[in-house]
Formats: sequence, C-alpha cells, structure tokens
Amino acid sequence: MQAPANRRESVRRGSGLGGFLGRRAIAGAFLVVGITLVAFVLTHVVPGDPAAAALGQRAIEDPATVAAFRARYGLDDPLWKQYFTYLFGLLHGDFGISQQTRRPVLTDLVEYLPPTIELALVAIVISLVVGVALGTVAALKRDRWPDQLIRVVSLTGVSVPTFWLALTASLIFSVKLGWFSSTGQLDPGYPKPPTVTGLLLVDSLLDNDPFTFQMGLHHILLPALVLAAYTVGLITRFTRASVLEVLGNDYIRSAHAKGLPRRTVILRHVLRPAMVPIITVSGLAFGSLLSGTVLVESIFSWPGLGQYAYKSSLALDLPAVMGVSVIVAVIYVVINLVIDVLYGVIDPRIRLS
Amino acid sequence: MTTPVLRTEQLRITLPGGLTAVDGVDLVVEPGQIVGLAGESGSGKSLTALSLFGLLPHGSRAQGRAEVGGRDVLTLREKQLRAMRGDEVAMVFQDPMTSLHPMLTIGRQVTEHLRHHHGTGRSAARARAVELLTQVRIPDPERTLGAYPHQLSGGMRQRAAIAIALACSPSLLVADEPTTALDVTVQAGILRLLDRLRREEGLSILLITHDLGVMGALTDRLAVMYAGRIVETGPTQALLTAPRHPYTRGLLDSLPRTDGVAAPLRAIPGSAPRLTTIPPGCAFHPRCGHAVAPCSTDRPSLLPLASGAPRDEGRMLACLVDPYAAAGERPGGGAVSPT
Repeated sequence: MQAPANRRESVRRGSGLGGFLGRRAIAGAFLVVGITLVAFVLTHVVPGDPAAAALGQRAIEDPATVAAFRARYGLDDPLWKQYFTYLFGLLHGDFGISQQTRRPVLTDLVEYLPPTIELALVAIVISLVVGVALGTVAALKRDRWPDQLIRVVSLTGVSVPTFWLALTASLIFSVKLGWFSSTGQLDPGYPKPPTVTGLLLVDSLLDNDPFTFQMGLHHILLPALVLAAYTVGLITRFTRASVLEVLGNDYIRSAHAKGLPRRTVILRHVLRPAMVPIITVSGLAFGSLLSGTVLVESIFSWPGLGQYAYKSSLALDLPAVMGVSVIVAVIYVVINLVIDVLYGVIDPRIRLS
Repeated sequence: MTTPVLRTEQLRITLPGGLTAVDGVDLVVEPGQIVGLAGESGSGKSLTALSLFGLLPHGSRAQGRAEVGGRDVLTLREKQLRAMRGDEVAMVFQDPMTSLHPMLTIGRQVTEHLRHHHGTGRSAARARAVELLTQVRIPDPERTLGAYPHQLSGGMRQRAAIAIALACSPSLLVADEPTTALDVTVQAGILRLLDRLRREEGLSILLITHDLGVMGALTDRLAVMYAGRIVETGPTQALLTAPRHPYTRGLLDSLPRTDGVAAPLRAIPGSAPRLTTIPPGCAFHPRCGHAVAPCSTDRPSLLPLASGAPRDEGRMLACLVDPYAAAGERPGGGAVSPT
C-alpha cells in the first residue's frame, strides 16, 4: 500500500520542480524578447547615423552609396518593421551581419564570448573561495582583530576603481615582477588548442596539453584577480552577515550539544544554510562580471565580449550591439534559472514543497 | 552507594555584564531518576542546563562544581567537553521546529554524532537509527530516516530530537521544556515516552519546565527555582501535596484545580524580578504574603526540614518564616493531576 503512494508522491514532486523550472524558462524567454525590444529602441534612438559611422568620408558624400547602404541594412523601413525583421531573424539564429567585421554577428559572438566567460568563471571561483573563507572567519571572530582586518580588506576591494587596480597590478606584477603575463590569452603567436568548448583552459586540458594550460593560467590569473577584487569584497560581506545569522540559530546550538567537532559544525551545519544568500549575490556578480569586463579586457588586451561591445558601440554597429545585448540578457536569465535550481539543491524545503 | 549521574554543588553562573543569573544551585540526579527543575522564565533553569554542556553564552562564567558521572565538567577543556557532549550527556531542546537542522535528513542527524563519538560504520549507524526511531515510536522509521524535519509533525519532530539525544546511549538526558512548544494532546505522548525510557532503559533525566502538571506526572524529585536560587526541593508527591515555600504554594494556587472543587485561581502578585534588581534577603519577599522584617535583609539558606516526620523526609526549604509548617496537606492536595 505504502510503496505506490510513495511513488505517486515522488512523481508529483518531480513534476513540481520540473513545472517550476518550465514556468521560469518561459518567463525567461518573454524577458529576453522584452529586452530585445528595449535594446532595439534604445540603440535606434541614439543620435548618430549608422551609415555615417560605417562608411568612410568619401562614401558618405555619394548619395547612391548611402542609399544602397541604408537599403541593405533595412534602415529605411519603419522602426517597428525593422524590429520584427530582426526578431524574425533571431528566431532562426540570425543575428544579422556586423557592419564592422562584415561577418555574421553570431560568428563574432561565438568567438568573443568564450574568453569572457572563462575570465568571469575564473574570477568568480576565486571570489567564492576567498570570499566565503574570509567571510566565515570574520563571522567566527566577530569584532575581534581578524574581523576588523577582513573588513578593511573587503571594503578596499569594493571601493578601489577597477581601471586603477588593473593598471597598477599590471605594472607591478607583470612589468616589474614578471609573475604574470598581462596581455592576451596566450603568448603572442602561440597557437590555440583545437576548439571544443571555446574555453581555452578546458580545451587545452582536453587536448592533453599541460604546457598550454599553464601558459593560459599564467595569462588569465592577473585579469581574473583584478576582476575578483570587487566580488571578493562583496561575497565576504554577504558571507559574514549570512554566517552570523545562521550561527544564531537553535540548530547550531544543537550541533554543538551533540559534541560534533567545530569543523564539522561549520562546514556541514553552518555553511550550507548560509550559502543561500551567497549564491544569490554570486550569480548576480557573475552576470555583471560578464557584461562589465570592458575596462579589464582593454587593459589586458583580452579578446572578449567587452572589447567587442565597446568597439561596436563606438562604430554604431547596431546588429553587433543588439547581439551583445541579447546574449547578455540570455545569460542573465540562465544564471537566474541556475540560482533557482541551486536553491532547491541546498534547501530541501524549497525542493520538496 | 552509586555515583549520582549528576551532582552540582554551589553552581553559580555569572553573565557577561557581571550579573549573577544562577546563585548556588545544588542538584542531584541519581541513576534512573527523573528530577524536575521548575521555575518561571528567567529563573536560571536553562542556564543551569547549558552549563552542564559548557554551552553558556559567550563571556558567561560558571563556578562551583557540576559533576557528570563523577567528573567536574566546569574544569574540562573544550576538547574533553566536546567528547562528552552528545555521548555521556545529551539534550533535548524546547522547540523541535528550530532545534533540528532544516537542511539535513533525520537519518543524518540521528547518526552523525554516533559515527563521530563511537566510530560506528555507516550501515551499523543506520541500523541503530532505525532501532532508535522505533524506540521513540516513530512510524515507518526506514522512510523517516530520509525525511527532513519540515516533513514531520511537531510531535514527530520532538520524538526525532529525543532519538537523536539517545543515539549514543547517554547516562543523562537534559530536557529543556520538551513539551512547551507542542499541542497538549501531543505533550502527553512525549511525557509517556520519557517515562517509558526511564522505566525500560533506566535513563536518568533532568527535566526543566515551568509546567508543574508535567512535573507531577513524571518526576521523582523536584527542585523549585526562583531568581537563580533553589527555594524548595523534595520528593515530588510530598512537595506538591504539601508545599512549604510560599512561592511553590503560589505556583500551585495559580493552576486550575482538576478535582472538581471550585476554587478561584490566585495569581502571585507582582512579577519575577529582573537580574538587575534582585531584591536583597529572600528574593521572593516583595511578593510574599508572609514576609516579615528579616526577610528583606537575611538570605534564607536551603535547609533540611527537621520535623522528623516521614512526610518531610528528603525535603529542603529556604524560607525564614515557613508559614505552612503546620498546614499539613494543601486543601485539595494533588490538584496537579498526572497526565
């Protein structure tokens, strides 16, 4: 009697989570469409003529060339028609042609997105490891000197301007000390490993090429550390607050009353519930790392999305700018979905209700 | 004579601000006994319990002696304390909603300290967990092992908390208001469980509660605390039928009678003192109808009742006046019905 009831229950639970994620995914799709609309309107109302920006001085003076350019990119159509044309293309995976690189925007994105994702991933992993460790120590040593010291460190990380930090770090650790390399993903002229995931470190490992992996690490660490400075500070402060809140719970006193070692209490009983807000802030931080790496990518000559977005905006390369906006929107939606799933993994009350 | 499971002598607890919350408490729990510690909130009951585990709030100090199985826990180092906690002494807290970890399965919470203290293997610990859950009468123990606290009812949660406490077969169980957060119908089940564990397993329990009804039903001996001191102690039946301290009597008079006799409920005038303003002399004197002049200056010691009468045997009282010495049984004595 019992078993079928159990199975029914677990099936219901399964569809509950699946249904939940399905609903979130549909909402996410609507969100992405909404963002394309906003991005489209914004990019098209900016003053400045794409034709003028894309064509040279001589070409602009020739009305026939300008007219041909405008006709080719559909710039003479009414805005709503341009939008639907774009949206229709998007549904078929057509992001349009970049006026600057003369290549499909999708091709550009496939090339420029992975380095940025890799940089952001390394930065967020560093931030999580360092931030959670520092935040936990700060909470456990509340109001004593380690806490004060960590507060200064995290405040510094949050307040130092990234461009300054990038330049200074590059000067000290790369130029003066030579500990890290500060330009590009690999040494100039060195071949990339065969593309599988697009992530250089992963691809070099898949290619069984530890030398390239090491070189990639040598190049990625400094920009990743610079990017991590802000998020480390952020995660440290969230972790401290979150751990302090968990420490005040009765179930932590229960864990101590059971005579468990301190380590076990902290790792198993404290950190797990404390991770919920930390995951939220890390997810958002990861999103902003992806879209906000322009400065760091410029200074470290990192061939990523930030540089691509920056150059495209300067050139009023509308399809490229739109492509970047859409991809960043999709990434944000995916991150939020992942965060929702992680909540369920951590907290059975969310998973099973 | 057997070593008592718990013996405190002149236990004194000072809080970070220098306030004395527990002031010279003597308690003895013999093997297989259930001893009750009664008193209003703020009387120092829970701090007394926490001091036995070395779990007092940061900056608090405990002085005197508190022997568990003959060892003074107040002198133990942190590491020795951790080895003792959960193994020799275990605790059940008031609210199973908050005292169980919400994100760990019942199985994990029942077995983790067993595996740590005794090095029990995974499958042996699991078997022991099933045995424990069966012992505390949780239906379908196999399945409950995989459940999370929020999937259980309040009563089942408290049973699980008791199973957790019993995992390492402790010699002393400290239960701090174990039924206060539960529905009345569920309370009776938990009390019966504790009673059965005492009878069948010889478990010794220090039961902390403000509920004299619970006390009457379950305890062998009773100690009544007021403002950090024990004011009266003795065998439960004698103490509840013929209370000698005006405070104990006041507590009993404020309970509804269950013997059908219509009697007005009498509240104790005033309220329990804060730690910052504990009156000199007998702390209860401002609220006591029998207080005489010396009560406000001389602090009464807890002394054995010296009448020699059999009903006074094993009883102690801290009252200068002892107004109920000749009163005999309280009218309608035993008003506190066993649950």
